[in-house]
Amino acid sequence: MKKEKKGMKRDLIILSLMLVATLVLVIVFPENEGAVVNTSLDFLVEMMMILPAVMVLLGLFAVWVPKEIIGKYLGHTSGVRGILLSLLLGALPTGPLYIAFPMASALLAKGAKRSNIIIFLSAWACIKIPQEMVELQFLGLEFMLTRLFLTIIFVVIMGISIQKIIEWSEKRGIGEAAGHGPK
Amino acid sequence: MNISAIIINIIAIIGLIIAFRMNRKKAVGSLKMAVKGFIKMLPMVLIIILAIGLLLGFVPSSTISKFAGEQSGIWGVLIVGLLGAVLFIPSLLSFPLAASLLEGGASLSVVVAFITTLTMIGTVTLPLEIRELGKKMALLRSGMSFIIAIVIALIMGAIL
Repeated sequence: MKKEKKGMKRDLIILSLMLVATLVLVIVFPENEGAVVNTSLDFLVEMMMILPAVMVLLGLFAVWVPKEIIGKYLGHTSGVRGILLSLLLGALPTGPLYIAFPMASALLAKGAKRSNIIIFLSAWACIKIPQEMVELQFLGLEFMLTRLFLTIIFVVIMGISIQKIIEWSEKRGIGEAAGHGPK
Repeated sequence: MNISAIIINIIAIIGLIIAFRMNRKKAVGSLKMAVKGFIKMLPMVLIIILAIGLLLGFVPSSTISKFAGEQSGIWGVLIVGLLGAVLFIPSLLSFPLAASLLEGGASLSVVVAFITTLTMIGTVTLPLEIRELGKKMALLRSGMSFIIAIVIALIMGAIL
């Protein structure tokens, strides 16, 4: 709670500095005023058309889909089902990435597959449903879908590669430490 | 009002109607969270919007396209991708920022790299990631995310 207030205060300070800087710049260079004001207003209007709706959806998900569900389903699935579930659970609108790290760590400790955790974290970071909505609004359907499709493919490849790399390095580590080859 | 905004608002309204039918109390709770989240996000939204206004109002297109346009080539993609990895901006706001760069003359690849690294890699949250996942996994994830961001950016630049 305290940390949240501090973040808000910091944002407000930055905002005031930005406002002052903008005012000074516009007064010194009045010929740019039109462009600055028009662009800011355009983007503000576009943002305000969707931000309340996105926030409502975030609120609905936060209340109806508790975080525990993610642990319940992601803990012990593997194969294609595990990959799909990791993508899906990561994409649910559930908050910023830093709250996903402790969850990921708890799941790893419980024996979840590393590849699934990486896929889950990446989905959480960049294919979240509310993000896709804002992307659709500002960059269009073709851009959003192409990027979504490519991201899913590469995130899965990355998850599996990291799993293999860590398995390989652990095997080598154990082999060296014990003085004999890997099992 | 554009079609995407209409669709998103319709989904939110339908969601709210269903929520209120299912459980009034929980639905009110979600609305309260939505208002709180909105207020919390507002200053950052205004910061980004002012930044966009200043960027497009003061920086000429020729400058943006020199550093981030087609002629900036792979270096533009790499540098802006790196910038995205270092900056700490809420993911939702990376999209209007990206759209403004595109409008200002940046290339599609550069914009894709920016969005992808900004959302996937957090230099500010890296210490937390290392603590929770271990050095090896955290660094591998961040490093490989950067590589795939560049690859996705180059593919999108080529096909769109």
